[in-house]
Amino acid sequence: MRYETDVTVIGAGGAGMAAALSAHRNGADVILIEREEESGGVLNQCIHNGFGLHYYRKDLTGPEFKETLEEELATTNVKVLEGTFVLDVSKDKKITFVNSKGIHEVKTKALVMTTGARERHFNSLGIPGDRVSGIFTAGVAQKYINLQNLKPANSALIVGSGDIGLIMARRLHLEGIEVKGVVEILPYPGGLERNVQQCLRDYNIPLYLSHSVTRVEGKNRLDKVYVSQIDEAGRIVPNSERVFNVDALITSVGLIPSVKPVEFVRTGPGFITTNTNQTTADWIFAAGNCTVIFDLVDYVAREGEKAGKYAALYAKNEYVPEERITIKKGKNINIIHPSYIDPNESTKLYVRVSKVFQRAEITVEPLGIEIIEEEARPSEMIEIHIKSFKEKRIKEIEVSAHELG
Amino acid sequence: MIAVIGGGIVGGLIAREINKYIEDVYLFEAKNSIGTGITKGNSGIIHGGYDDPPGSLRAQLCYIGNQLYDEISRELSIEVRRIGSHVIALDESELAKINELEEKAAKNNVKEYRILERNDLFDMEPNLNADALMSFYCPIAGVTEPWKVAMQSVKSVELNGGKVLKNKKLVEVKRKDNKFELSFEDGSVYTADLVINAAGLYADEVARLFGDEVPAIFPVKGEYFLLGKDVKYVNSVIFPMPSELTKGCLVIPTVDGGYLAGPTAHEVKSKQDFSTTRDGLAEVKEKSLRLVPSLDFSRNVVKTFAGLRPESREKDFYIDIGKSSVIHVSGIRSPGLTAAPAIARYVVEYLIQEKLHINLEKRKDYISHVEKIPHFVDTDYGYWVRAIEQDPEAGEIVCFCNEVTKREIREAIRNGARTIDEVKFATRISFGECQGSFCVSKILKMICEETGLEPKDVLQNEKGSWIIDSEVRTI
Ligand SMILES: Cc1cc2nc3c(=O)[nH]c(=O)nc-3n(C[C@H](O)[C@H](O)[C@H](O)COP(=O)(O)OP(=O)(O)OC[C@H]3O[C@@H](n4cnc5c(N)ncnc54)[C@H](O)[C@@H]3O)c2cc1C
Ligand SMILES: Cc1cc2nc3c(=O)[nH]c(=O)nc-3n(C[C@H](O)[C@H](O)[C@H](O)COP(=O)(O)OP(=O)(O)OC[C@H]3O[C@@H](n4cnc5c(N)ncnc54)[C@H](O)[C@@H]3O)c2cc1C
Repeated sequence: MRYETDVTVIGAGGAGMAAALSAHRNGADVILIEREEESGGVLNQCIHNGFGLHYYRKDLTGPEFKETLEEELATTNVKVLEGTFVLDVSKDKKITFVNSKGIHEVKTKALVMTTGARERHFNSLGIPGDRVSGIFTAGVAQKYINLQNLKPANSALIVGSGDIGLIMARRLHLEGIEVKGVVEILPYPGGLERNVQQCLRDYNIPLYLSHSVTRVEGKNRLDKVYVSQIDEAGRIVPNSERVFNVDALITSVGLIPSVKPVEFVRTGPGFITTNTNQTTADWIFAAGNCTVIFDLVDYVAREGEKAGKYAALYAKNEYVPEERITIKKGKNINIIHPSYIDPNESTKLYVRVSKVFQRAEITVEPLGIEIIEEEARPSEMIEIHIKSFKEKRIKEIEVSAHELG
Repeated sequence: MIAVIGGGIVGGLIAREINKYIEDVYLFEAKNSIGTGITKGNSGIIHGGYDDPPGSLRAQLCYIGNQLYDEISRELSIEVRRIGSHVIALDESELAKINELEEKAAKNNVKEYRILERNDLFDMEPNLNADALMSFYCPIAGVTEPWKVAMQSVKSVELNGGKVLKNKKLVEVKRKDNKFELSFEDGSVYTADLVINAAGLYADEVARLFGDEVPAIFPVKGEYFLLGKDVKYVNSVIFPMPSELTKGCLVIPTVDGGYLAGPTAHEVKSKQDFSTTRDGLAEVKEKSLRLVPSLDFSRNVVKTFAGLRPESREKDFYIDIGKSSVIHVSGIRSPGLTAAPAIARYVVEYLIQEKLHINLEKRKDYISHVEKIPHFVDTDYGYWVRAIEQDPEAGEIVCFCNEVTKREIREAIRNGARTIDEVKFATRISFGECQGSFCVSKILKMICEETGLEPKDVLQNEKGSWIIDSEVRTI
């Protein structure tokens, strides 16, 4: 079958559902495509609360956040195709997809990519050892426990102290799995201080900072994990080895944006966009974890909403950017999103610093914006609001951070 | 009854070859799956046969095996990609060795090669080390998925009335009249008229069960990196100039679009040591970067693994009839998977028929072609749409990295796959970048649905490789 539509959204996680809703509200015909049998993305498996504090001003669980979006979608004529996999996005704006009903094509005016991210797997770290079962990414362990009622371990070590790792430590502990520690290669925890307290200290789970797994061992199932201290140059500190007798290793060592199957726009590694979520192909917009990894679903939903709006306006020929200003990473900045600004529109700038600061001053030049952040660290995304600035003749903007004495 | 011990690529193809003449063939495999010994962890190259020592059994069988792969590919529905191979000369001293390769090729009767000058070489392989001066190019070399050859061979055996039994480790042998009474670890006993020992790393130990001695086998480990398919590195197999000991550390495009870098070659103590090591992996990095400097080991790695070569001091295949009149197929090191189809013919046509004087006649009811349901994304859309009309599961993608449908997975389970790895090696699920993060829990569920197993009984591969301990809560 052939379809025609104004806006196609690929990926129905928090970003995609918000994008579809907002494109609809801005007057577009919308098709929302999801490869899983159920929409929601990561939200489905996060049964803890802490979602929606900004976006809905309510403390929701992941599934509750999703249901709120889903209920709104149900009142619209957005066509939601679940269990549907996109095979190809062509430069002439045709999208080919497959599902149990066959292979179909949509001719679209604009596209929003909200394909989320995948978890980096332990196998890709090149850490030596035996071929064993019992090594899971946090997301997989979370799916088994929260969605399938299956317990994949009796005792575990966790690698990675980002929020996901911390939340999983608590979850496993509460389900009767003995968590022998959380190992973090950096000298500071990757997640929020609140989570270190509530997920580790409250349960006496040790955190090993500046440590890394050096070897895994077992006969068919994991049985021992070797961990050593790592010095500042990334070398193993001699005689610092510890051995953990555990039958599972749960890893949370980063998320990698998914950009398949769009192959002809700039990525790095996520989609590179403007403040209006436009990629380097003017009809393709992107939002959420497929652009850059966000801390909170609230940001993701807000970005999705914006992408949906501009895609709808683009489809109606009501949004044509005239110029793009480059935003550059200056001193002590690790990540910046977006990469370009259309100065006629306002901007939410997301920044990650590259080291821990007691008190950081973050500057956006030459716009003269300065903000102060107490205890700024790489794990916490800093949000900066920039108003539209049509009158100024600016070619390039640079964001930097430095310590205030 | 004719018994074949060992369900690797060699045992699988031998059983298939015998089955062309005799229905009553039994293949016994110690593990719970087929093709997961040496056949699982190797370079997957169909070698050109130009550089094995002239006069060796290896040289005799490698080129013939290479040629037989066209038929194997057709009859067993196996993907063989003849992408060619280059042996690269990186400096003046290596240039001289290209002549030696030519001489060897002539002695081995291999004519399919060309010497490529720098410009032609870089036209074909722009990402090579800029120092490369020349290459020995062999267009008939290729790559395949060796475990699939083993799996499809045993499927062919089952299709033609033979029996394939897993979890059958041969532990004891008694002579009874002119027959062999074979006892397996699980307590079962079978009686065979003729036995072929194709037990891979354990062929020397199995030979001893029959009172025969074959050259001792010691394991030589080869470690690898598997790199993902998002970056294009090379189009063909890239070899360094070979040394006395090995063909060296290579860069190999895999059938499904990724790349292998490796292997190392270090003797180890245990035939069960499939671990990767810090030093081994570092060596692979260093050596493969000399061939293709852009290999991205920080961002593009999918996984690492190791395989074991069944090496003997003679460094050659040992394929012969023992005092017991059992046929031993031992020391099948590289290029064993290339030679495997030729080894199967050598065993049946030469050893069984000529040397043992057993007259065999081709069966009239033999079915040579083994179907395989296609990997639908590789078919044309018209075909795929018709398949979806017949079975909607053919339109449901379960593995997002390699785009495998529910239909393909269900078929693998119906064909006997009970472990995650069996489904993996049959369909390529969880071979991709996500390493199963998105699909393994769904595969586990499908295995349970289809077979009635409980989640706690579904294994990753061998005994003890459990995935699920129990339910979180009993409902
Ligand atoms: C374990 C974990 C815990 C978290 N905890 C919190 C928390 O406590 N509070 C909070 O605010 N945030 C939390 N987050 C972060 C937040 O939930 C996520 O960042 C956010 O939900 C991501 O939304 P997304 O739409 O960008 O991506 P996803 O939710 O990943 O959605 C992407 C969707 O796209 C689909 N898709 C991808 N490719 C295709 C394709 N080719 N065709 C069709 N469909 C496709 C996927 O199936 C998926 O449904 C957590 C995240 C994780 C992983
Ligand atoms: C690192 C490496 C790289 C290689 N690269 C290449 C290459 O690129 N090209 C090439 O042509 N060749 C290559 N080879 C060689 C090739 O992989 C082997 O020659 C081939 O796979 C051997 O197959 P097999 O069937 O003999 O062994 P296996 O696959 O090990 O099969 C033997 C089977 O016998 C079973 N068994 C053992 N004992 C018993 C028992 N007592 N009872 C019942 N069953 C038993 C085992 O479980 C096993 O499944 C490579 C090898 C290695 C290790």
